[in-house]
Amino acid sequence: MTTAVKRRTPTLTAGAVLVGLVVLVALVSFIWTPHDPTRVDAAVRLLGPTGDFLFGTDKFGRDLVSQIMVGARTTLYVGVVAVGVAALIGTPLGILAAMSPRWLGEFIMRVNDLVLAFPALLLAIMFGAVFGASTWTAMVAIGIATVPSFARIARSGTMQVMSTEYVLAARAAGRSRLVIARRHVLPNIAGLLIVQSSVSFAIAVLAEAALSFLGFGTRPPTPSWGRMLQESQELLAVQPRLAIVPGIAIAVAVLGFNLLGDGLRDRLDPRLAGRR
Amino acid sequence: MILALMRRTGIFVVSVAAASVAVFLFMAVLPGDPAQVALGINATPELVARTRAEFGTDRPLATQYFDWIGGVLTGDFGRSYVTRDLIGPQLADRLGVTLWLVGAAMVIALLIAVPLGSFAAVRHRKLSGTVISGVSQLGVAVPAFLAGILLVQVFAVQWRLLPSGGWTPPDQDFGEFLRGLILPALALGLVQGAVLTRYVRSAVLDTLREDYLRTARAKGLRPGQALVRHGLRNAAVPVVTVLGLQLTTLLIGAVVVERVFVLPGLGSMLLDSVAARDLLTVQGIVLVLVIAALLVNFLVDLLYTAIDPRLRRS
Repeated sequence: MTTAVKRRTPTLTAGAVLVGLVVLVALVSFIWTPHDPTRVDAAVRLLGPTGDFLFGTDKFGRDLVSQIMVGARTTLYVGVVAVGVAALIGTPLGILAAMSPRWLGEFIMRVNDLVLAFPALLLAIMFGAVFGASTWTAMVAIGIATVPSFARIARSGTMQVMSTEYVLAARAAGRSRLVIARRHVLPNIAGLLIVQSSVSFAIAVLAEAALSFLGFGTRPPTPSWGRMLQESQELLAVQPRLAIVPGIAIAVAVLGFNLLGDGLRDRLDPRLAGRR
Repeated sequence: MILALMRRTGIFVVSVAAASVAVFLFMAVLPGDPAQVALGINATPELVARTRAEFGTDRPLATQYFDWIGGVLTGDFGRSYVTRDLIGPQLADRLGVTLWLVGAAMVIALLIAVPLGSFAAVRHRKLSGTVISGVSQLGVAVPAFLAGILLVQVFAVQWRLLPSGGWTPPDQDFGEFLRGLILPALALGLVQGAVLTRYVRSAVLDTLREDYLRTARAKGLRPGQALVRHGLRNAAVPVVTVLGLQLTTLLIGAVVVERVFVLPGLGSMLLDSVAARDLLTVQGIVLVLVIAALLVNFLVDLLYTAIDPRLRRS
């Protein structure tokens, strides 16, 4: 890689570092946390930062660092499942809409627009009302609400690929639509989909935090950054640290995935570099 | 032009109808009988049957739907299964609060984004432009409710300048109303402003590269003058789209911010109804929010054609 290219991708590097940090923290939490994140101990409640408790403890005496570490797991878990659901449903729908007869394509995109009218938070609250709030209902709701973004990107990408000469050649050679979709369309729109995944991941992290804050996401005692914020609210006047620590964690994760998405987009399409 | 307008209106009406069916069915497939939920587990079967007849939930689904939607069209959202109060008037009251919040947040977002985004675009190779881009990137990563919590901490708890929550209706005490609106509107508006700044910047950057702007400069206009006189209208097209999408985000974001600031808006009504398993009320609120989202998209479509004459022909 030449220095000229390197200089143009600080966004990508910064994004990769921040996302890498969140992933690393989550992975380490599987084998080690300073304390048990769910252990309640009245003797050490509301401690300020000390050598033993780096960010201090909450009103139940639980260690903030350990909660943040295990909370990273929750955040990534929700993001992966939500984006996975969205990509697995949205991508084939978008490709189908682009490759099928016009009326069917139009119909799929209209239904898509309709789903767009149900934002992730609203859908998750509805799911919570019907099935009871849990990490699962939050993930699935965020995933479904993200389907339209993937369908749109996949559709416009497919339409571009379909008008290229090598696809025309493949069609002339009698290749079926399925083969064309798999061999020519998917590899060519994969970049677009990866960028969309990164951006959607950031949105999913925000949505999960908001839902846990409202009590519609991850249930106690599983640590979650959004719920840590909610629990911090009553003690805000005396212990702002309780809100600032999970707040920074959320911001780091969202910023990381947004920067990663922007950086990847610039890398895939250098003409767009520095535009957004 | 008229044909396109009719087509778009048609799509909007069909979408609203489809959305109302979706919302209704979603709530209808729910496990659990509203009558049973309202009466508790100790109710006699006769009482449950009578209450079911009173709610009308013993009728076929299609009848229930048309009865409900017919009422909604005249502003009658039915009676709450839990409190037995009329839902419509309360919904209207709460929507008013949310609209004040969202409107104020939108104004704040625009006041931040249009000047900052344009400035960042004009100076995109200078340090000041880069700093604005960086700060807006950071702003996007902050959830609105976190911004709210931090604003309360600084302006309400430490400096005691503004109330930390609560609502005063504007016709009761306008000064108090404004003071109460500032922090929640800032919480929503600052974050949306950061999002919007990025779009304004990229839209203005695109416009700056256009030939007509170079021509305007060649005629002797300074960069700023050329941009204001010829560029902003063109940059407005993509920005209006994002603005429309953001209005929907703001309506939903209001749910969370209302909870932080204890505002009696649509969002807190939704959360309270869900907690009380007051499903007919939930159904009504969800319908209002979804129709609002569809309406905004429809209006953005129309506004598009008003801003860009080229789109009128297509």
